[in-house]
Amino acid sequence: MYPVLENELLSQDVHRLWIEAPHVARKRKPGQFVIIRVGEEGERIPLTIADVDTARGAIALIVQGVGKSTRELNLVPAGGTVLDVAGPLGRPTHIEPGAHVCCVGGGIGAAVVYPIACGVKASGGRVTAILGGRTKDLVLLEREMRAVADACHVTTDDGSAGAKGLVTDALSAIIAEGVRIDEVVAVGPVPMMRAVCELTRPLGLKTTVSLNPVMVDGTGMCGGCRVLIGGQQKFVCVDGPEFDGHLVDFGELSARLRAYRSQEAESLTHYCASH
Amino acid sequence: MAKKITQKTKTEMPCRDAGERSRSFDEVALGYTIDMAVAEANRCIECKNEPCIAGCPVGIDIPTFICQVAAGDFQAAWQTLSADNLLPAICGRVCPQEEQCECKCTLGRKFDPVAIGRLERFVADHAASQGWQVGGTIAPPSGRAVAVVGSGPAGLTAAADLARLGHKVTIFEALHKPGGVLVYGIPEFRLPKTIVSREVQALEQLGVEIKTNHVIGRTFTVDDLFDELRYDAVFIGTGAGLPHFPKIPGVNLIGVYSANEYLTRSNLMKAYRFPESDTPMIRARNVAVIGGGNTAMDSVRTAKRLGADHAYLVYRRSRDEMPARHEEIEHAEEEGIELLLLAAPIEIVGDAESRVRVLRCERMALGDPDASGRRSPVPIPGSAFDLEVEVVVFAVGQGANPLISGTTPDLPVNKWGNIVADDATGATQKRGVFAGGDIVTGGATVISAMGAGRRAAQAIHAFLTAPAAAPDTPIGV
Ligand SMILES: Cc1cc2nc3c(=O)[nH]c(=O)nc-3n(C[C@H](O)[C@H](O)[C@H](O)COP(=O)(O)OP(=O)(O)OC[C@H]3O[C@@H](n4cnc5c(N)ncnc54)[C@H](O)[C@@H]3O)c2cc1C
Ligand SMILES: Cc1cc2nc3c(=O)[nH]c(=O)nc-3n(C[C@H](O)[C@H](O)[C@H](O)COP(=O)(O)OP(=O)(O)OC[C@H]3O[C@@H](n4cnc5c(N)ncnc54)[C@H](O)[C@@H]3O)c2cc1C
Ligand code: SF4
Ligand code: SF4
Ligand code: FES
Repeated sequence: MYPVLENELLSQDVHRLWIEAPHVARKRKPGQFVIIRVGEEGERIPLTIADVDTARGAIALIVQGVGKSTRELNLVPAGGTVLDVAGPLGRPTHIEPGAHVCCVGGGIGAAVVYPIACGVKASGGRVTAILGGRTKDLVLLEREMRAVADACHVTTDDGSAGAKGLVTDALSAIIAEGVRIDEVVAVGPVPMMRAVCELTRPLGLKTTVSLNPVMVDGTGMCGGCRVLIGGQQKFVCVDGPEFDGHLVDFGELSARLRAYRSQEAESLTHYCASH
Repeated sequence: MAKKITQKTKTEMPCRDAGERSRSFDEVALGYTIDMAVAEANRCIECKNEPCIAGCPVGIDIPTFICQVAAGDFQAAWQTLSADNLLPAICGRVCPQEEQCECKCTLGRKFDPVAIGRLERFVADHAASQGWQVGGTIAPPSGRAVAVVGSGPAGLTAAADLARLGHKVTIFEALHKPGGVLVYGIPEFRLPKTIVSREVQALEQLGVEIKTNHVIGRTFTVDDLFDELRYDAVFIGTGAGLPHFPKIPGVNLIGVYSANEYLTRSNLMKAYRFPESDTPMIRARNVAVIGGGNTAMDSVRTAKRLGADHAYLVYRRSRDEMPARHEEIEHAEEEGIELLLLAAPIEIVGDAESRVRVLRCERMALGDPDASGRRSPVPIPGSAFDLEVEVVVFAVGQGANPLISGTTPDLPVNKWGNIVADDATGATQKRGVFAGGDIVTGGATVISAMGAGRRAAQAIHAFLTAPAAAPDTPIGV
């Protein structure tokens, strides 16, 4: 049993949970994730470690309630517990000391790029952040990101916050200004990551993406998280989650993410009916 | 010795009806009654040279325990059995006895061998129903601590033996439940999970601490176990957990699973109870499983139980070469599994949504024997045929997981990634680190993993109790 220390609503359906898991807090590095199981019948849910508090032996997760399991997790109050926290999992982000990194986070992807931005700053680098969302409420962690980044741009599809447009518009503008960027790290919905990669590919600008395929064990045992990277079969949970975005087969990834669509709907209906 | 054999065949073990069980995850084989067990035990002629013992990888004193069953002294039989085997209820169910103890049985030369496995299962189940404890004593605390990585049969056995020898033992397990393949791989209908948890509880009563959700190589490295957590020795029993996929078109379509994923979803995550449990899996009307071993057999029988109308097993050689246990092949056929022998997949074709629609196969013929002595399959040109399926499961072997070797540079592995360890002691070339089970041998059996765990426990005990004598140069290999 792992105690939930805090549960804060960040925006609609998005919560930040601080969970006491000293074994994870002690070793985790930017880019790594955990697998959570809320209760005995629960799924194993992969979630990025968004922040860490070594004094309390706690990790922060930023969870978007998209289906049954994530909604159930978001309902665990401070003082409650979750059954399992396994990790840290995945390879840590490779951070080049002193580099200028452009961190692009779309929606919940902000939870993944934020710890990377912190890692870049900690190693003496420079961070330009771009946070995007469909609308104001879906731009996450803006305050936190502004506190670490050297510059932070916000875009929304409807113009309700920051500039009206897409994260790729902001990225193009920054590149057009002629600022030297060593690497782009883009995390968000698959179409967003793909668009960023298409933008940077002709420029030969190194672009790293963090992938979120369906996972089960997270230890390399099941192969369910496999993706094609430059024509090679890779297991995201052990070989990733970060890869060279220019090599990712995004089409296959997004198809595989739809594998359980009807069951996910059934699970949510079943859950709502019994609650 | 000169006993007259009156019963030439094994006493049958009752099974659930094939029609009923092919839709249920309840255990198939029901076990002997007391009368059946005594009758079967009476078939043993107590050979002086005890050939059967040599067939058992952990050297159980088979004639003695069987003789005790014949005499109706089940408690004595339990003491004999549990002194040699930590997990008899499990081995009695899943050991390939026909290649191990029973194939060496004298009776087997003319008649059916004694049903050693069934008797072992009977004694263990009877003991559990009576609440009898495991035989043996616990030595006083040695003051030394051992970390065991992985809680499959190798790790469980090593942990139990080391705890009995007085050492403080902690098991680190990556998943949320201990048991390894016994919980995530082998299905409920062949090995009820209550039996595994019973054995794990017995281990906890010995004082072994089990830390689940700890992935060694990530949560801690092997060096951390020594330097930060102050363990005096480490045993690695992490199994052969890396699934292989063949290099054919379509392996990443939706509906293509490794057997590990298919079985883990169903067994560990209880997807067969979805939506009562949260983890989904695709329940298809037509499923093809590729392979011929126990893993393939478990997957195809699971598919049937999940509601498939057609559950095909596609194997590239003939029935005689199938590595699965004979009993399991028979059970599968009774349940309506369709065997497609001498066939191999060449392509998987999907629809517009990337879901599996067709498994394209070709027919094979058996050619000359290969290195393994088995006749190797050769494709027959122009023999391609299509199977309409929505799920394809690959059970074509597995490799070594790189999490530990990748983070422990001074731990040598062979070209398949298996940890190099001495067969007799489990000693690796890294001081204080021992290994055993599938991570060393590649996919093998429950009992051979247990045997390796037991031998390593002895060697670790020797290493810990004679530290001055332990060489500074690499031990073992
Ligand atoms: C490495 C990694 C890091 C992640 N980090 C975060 C994070 O920080 N915050 C966050 O909110 N989400 C994160 N996710 C996504 C999150 O795991 C899924 O949203 C969650 O599992 C959905 O479960 P559900 O039952 O609530 O929804 P469902 O209704 O089951 O599914 C909704 C969506 O989630 C995907 N999904 C379903 N099951 C899984 C699974 N077992 N693994 C991965 N995806 C799945 C489905 O494809 C679908 O698109 C991460 C995923 C991965 C792989
Ligand atoms: C489906 C299936 C059916 C089988 N049927 C039979 C049968 O009928 N009879 C038979 O004798 N054999 C059978 N086998 C083979 C048998 O199960 C294995 O040989 C045996 O389980 C190997 O034991 P092990 O202890 O080496 O590893 P495993 O049982 O594989 O256990 C390894 C454990 O280590 C954990 N682990 C891995 N990496 C780490 C890490 N980095 N940190 C922490 N923990 C880790 C894993 O999660 C797992 O729990 C079957 C195998 C399968 C897959
Ligand atoms: S442990 Fe396995 S091989 Fe040994 S006697 Fe029992 S069934 Fe036979
Ligand atoms: S070989 Fe067979 S008959 Fe002989 S002692 Fe062993 S079990 Fe009994
Ligand atoms: S989640 Fe199972 S191998 Fe990656």
